[in-house]
This record gives sequence, structure tokens and C-alpha cells, in this order.
Amino acid sequence: MLQIRKLPIIVFALLIIAFPWIARGIPGIGNYPDIMVFAGIYSLITIGLSLLMGYAGQISLGQAAFFGIGAYISSILTTKYGLNPWICMGTGMGVAVIVATLVGVPSLKLRGHYLAMATLAFGIIVYIIFNEEGEWTGGPDGMIGIPGLSLFGFQFNSVEKYYYLVWFFVFAVFLFTINIIQSRAGRALRAIHISEAASNAMGVDVARYKIMVFVYSAALASLAGSLYAHYLNFINPSTFDLFFSIKLLIMIALGGMHDIWGAIFGALLITFLSFEWLHFFEEFEVIVYGLILLGVTMFLPHGLAGLPDMVKDWLRK
Amino acid sequence: MGVVSSPPSLFMLKLKMEKISLASQLLQYLITGLTVGSIYAMVAIGFNIIYNVTEIINLAQGEFVMLGGLIMVFLHVAAGLPIFLAFPLTIIVVTLVGMLLDRLAIRPIRQPSVLTLIIATIAASIIIKGIAMFIWGKDPFDLPAFSGRSPIDFFGAVIQPQYFWVIGFLIVTVVLLTLFFEKTIIGKAMSACADNPDAASLVGINVKQMILLSFSLSAAIGAVAGIILTPIALMDYNRGAMLAVKGFGAVVLGGLGSFPGAILGGLVLGTIESFGAGLIHSGYKDAFALIVLLAVLFIKPSGLLGSVEITKIKKF
Repeated sequence: MLQIRKLPIIVFALLIIAFPWIARGIPGIGNYPDIMVFAGIYSLITIGLSLLMGYAGQISLGQAAFFGIGAYISSILTTKYGLNPWICMGTGMGVAVIVATLVGVPSLKLRGHYLAMATLAFGIIVYIIFNEEGEWTGGPDGMIGIPGLSLFGFQFNSVEKYYYLVWFFVFAVFLFTINIIQSRAGRALRAIHISEAASNAMGVDVARYKIMVFVYSAALASLAGSLYAHYLNFINPSTFDLFFSIKLLIMIALGGMHDIWGAIFGALLITFLSFEWLHFFEEFEVIVYGLILLGVTMFLPHGLAGLPDMVKDWLRK
Repeated sequence: MGVVSSPPSLFMLKLKMEKISLASQLLQYLITGLTVGSIYAMVAIGFNIIYNVTEIINLAQGEFVMLGGLIMVFLHVAAGLPIFLAFPLTIIVVTLVGMLLDRLAIRPIRQPSVLTLIIATIAASIIIKGIAMFIWGKDPFDLPAFSGRSPIDFFGAVIQPQYFWVIGFLIVTVVLLTLFFEKTIIGKAMSACADNPDAASLVGINVKQMILLSFSLSAAIGAVAGIILTPIALMDYNRGAMLAVKGFGAVVLGGLGSFPGAILGGLVLGTIESFGAGLIHSGYKDAFALIVLLAVLFIKPSGLLGSVEITKIKKF
């Protein structure tokens, strides 16, 4: 049985709640809550992705496409049809689930890493569609005037209000995902991770669980996309390109694939790196990302989440 | 450096094409498709060489092509070296990059699994891309065609002389590789690694050296593809990923690991893309190859010429 320690979750929740107050008090980091909104949105994607990579042992190189599907469906349905944003959010997730099933079922029934290639191709196709179907998506210029979110008359119209909304979603998804990992499905996933052949022999339907995780990760990415669109009120295709999928991969690898905490910390670190700390490198930040990814793959196979254990092992020697 | 102001003769080509009949237009698509397909075939062969020895899908394969084109531009156009010097020199430089890729990114990985190795090649590819952007900037570069750009009329279709070079180099590459794998002892050793690395090392083959060799060979072929492609389609730092994905499409279409499959897959993919862009929607030009890739993965993952056995056994 996997133990959940409640203390770190509570501490982290309190830190997240207190952060906007702290940021207000410290000069120079007044824009950090804004960045934290994006970090929260990306965390939603990486939580799903870490389940896929860490537990099902598969990579998706097309997660940006599901992020984009959520964002575009929310934007199109609200601006062109005036639908309620929450309904659009649900519709986006529904579409992502269907599409992920269509892409995932054939590729996950094969052994090995066909999903990586299928999602890579799928991601680029969706990106091309966003650019080409200008009538619907606004083409390369994107879409403007996407409404903000409100609930029972309460408008999420400031950075701090949206911050709490996004992080509420992150915590809800986080707790739900931890529950999945502890359930029967989670035990099956962990078994698959240790040995696919053995779990197959024990009667675990390996392909079915992998597909479930992939579909779940797609739904989360779509949810994140909707939140992104309603926060920025503006989207364009370049947000959803191949490099964003790779960036998500870097977040997961840096945080640690086998740990949902790692998914959140990876998202936080990379978001702050790209919004604040890598300005010095301008466009050449891509080299830094490459070096981070390569360095982590070589020296930190379990990411930052695996660091404490590595230090412990090292001290014991 | 030779930054290009207008794409070579593409506009003229378009003007001319409006006037010609459907039959010659279809012929034109076929010829263009086979030419571009030859490039995809060479990228696909590069994938297969590394895959057969290591089971790694080297996602940095497209960067070799990009580097081949840009380094050739630098040596031939900017530094003014004659083609017969610049050509081999470019191949040598890119081959060195391929060796570095193996030594710096692949070999040092402590817990190699297919997953981590794929991630390492992704990391390498964005590093190479970033460095190329640093050196050459974002503008596309042109390279003079090997025998000029005066088009040849062929039943109403227009053939650029460079097309012959592209197809010719594909043939030369295939012949040389076949000789290498079937006649030389090193080539046979590499094939042995592909069949069974453990057994190969038992009979005294240095598997690590064979892996290094596979990366070098694959980089060299990528460089050739880049050099011959640049006079037709220009080259910029950002082209690698798309070339890699399409090359992989050719690999899957032909059957993972199969050399005849790579050639067939490349040519078919290039042709589909050319007809799709011409007849259906030019904005979706890049999507056709990827749709084919998805369709093959879903319908017949062993590809046209691949064996079903390999699909079942191999880790990828």
C-alpha cells in the first residue's frame, strides 16, 4: 500500500493560500502570482502526464494538442455561440477524451513506444489545423475577446481571484489522482510499471489501463487549455506547438516522472524559468532547456523528486 | 552570407504551372514528390541504421539534415570553397556531430531504457537546433544548384537539374550501403549487432564501437540529404524536427528496420504529400505525411515491407 503523508499536502496548501499575500509584501515579485496562475495551469497537464510517463511508462509528444483543443473549443463556443464557459470547458474535455481514445487505442495496443510517435504526428496535425482553419480559429493571428470566468455572479476578474480558482483545480486534481494511484487501478498501474509481462500474467489488462491513463491525461490537458483561454482572453496557435509538448516533457523529467509532487514542482520551476529567469538568454533559452533535459536524463533519472533518496544513498556510502 | 531575398524560381514555376494541362500537372506532382521522397528515404535510412543497432529512434535525425545544408552553405557560399571540397568537409563535420551525439548524450546515460534514450535524443535535437539558431540566425539560406537552375521541359512538366542529383545521390547511397553491409567485415559486424547484440559481443564484436559507427553513418547520410535538398527548398535552423517526423513516417510506412522499406516508404510518402498539397489543400502539405504515419500505425504497424515478428519482439 502506498502511504500518503498528509502533512506535506497541508503545508503546501497553506503556502499556496498565503503566497499572494507574501508576494504583495516583497518588492520585485509583485507579478509572481500571475506567473503562478500559469504554473498552476501547466501543473494540471503535468499531473496527468506524470501518471502516463511514470506509471504507464509511455510518452506523449502531443499533449500540447489536447491543451489546444480545450483552449480552442472554449474560445470558439464562447465567442461565436455565446455558450456558458463552464459548459464549454466540459465540452472541451469530452472532445479530448474522444480524440485521445481514437489516437490511444490503436497505438497503445502495440508493444513499445508507438504512442510517442502517434502523438507526435497527431500534435503537429492539430497545430496545422489551428493555423489553417482560419474561419473557426482565426488562423495564425488567433482569437481575441474570450470572456473571463464567473460563478453565480462572482467574477474571477483579477489575477488573485483567478490564482485561487486555478490552484483549487490543481488541488482537486492532485487529490483525485492520488486516490486513483491508491485504488485498484493504481495498483494495476504500479504493477505494469514494474513488469508489464508479470502484470499481464496476473490478469491485468495492460492495454486498457494505459489507454485509461492516456485519456485521463488528455482530459486534464484540455481542462488546463480552457482555463488558459479564459484567463488570457486571447489565444493563438504558437502556444500549442511541438515545443510546448517538449517543454511539458522537460517539466516532468525535471520534477521526476514517478512522483506527482515532481510533476507540480517541475511545472513550477520551468514556468518561472521561462517567464522570469531565462530572459537573459532570449531565444537561445532553447539550448538551456535542452541541457536541462539532457542533464536530468543523465544524472537525475528520478528527477528532483528522487534527489533526497540519491543524497541518502550517497551519504550511506 | 547568402541570405536569400526571393525563393528560387518557385514563383515562376507557379506562373508557368497555371498554363499547363492537368496531365502534365500530375506528372509534375509525381516528379516533385519522388524528389522530395528521395530525401525522406535518406532520412528514413538514417533512422533505420541507428534503430537496427540500438533500438533507439533518434529524434535528432532531422538535425543532421539541417546541419548538412547550413554547413555546406557556410563552406561553399560564405567561405567560397569549391563544391568538391565543401561537400566532403560538410559530411565530415556532421559525422563528427553524430559521434558527439553518441558519446555525449547516449552513452553516458546510466539507466538506459528506450524511454530515456528517446528523451535524450529529443534533448540533443533542441540543443543542436538552438546552437544552429545561434550561429546562422533565423533566415533561410540558399545554395546554388549543382548544375544550374535552368529547368528542363519533360512532357509539359518542369524538372530542375537538381532533381537528378537528388535521385542520383539516393541511388549512390543505397548502392554503397548495400556493399558496406554485405561485403565488408565491419558492415557484417553491424548487421550482427542488429540481430543479437549479446551474441555479437560474444563473438568479439565491440558493440559500443558499432553504436558509434551507426551514429556516424547515419549523420553522414543525413548530411548528404541536407546538402542536396538545400538548393531545392532552402534551409534554416528550424527544419530538423519536421524532416525527422516525415522521415520517421517513411520508416513506419516501409516497416521499421527495413532498408528497402525505407526507400519505398520515402518515395511513396513524398508522392502522397506532393499530390495532397497540389490537389487537396496546400496549407495541409505537412499534414499529409503525418496522417499517413498515423494511418499506418493504426492499420498495419509492421509497414509495407516490415516483418510482423519484429513489431512483436522489439522494444520500440
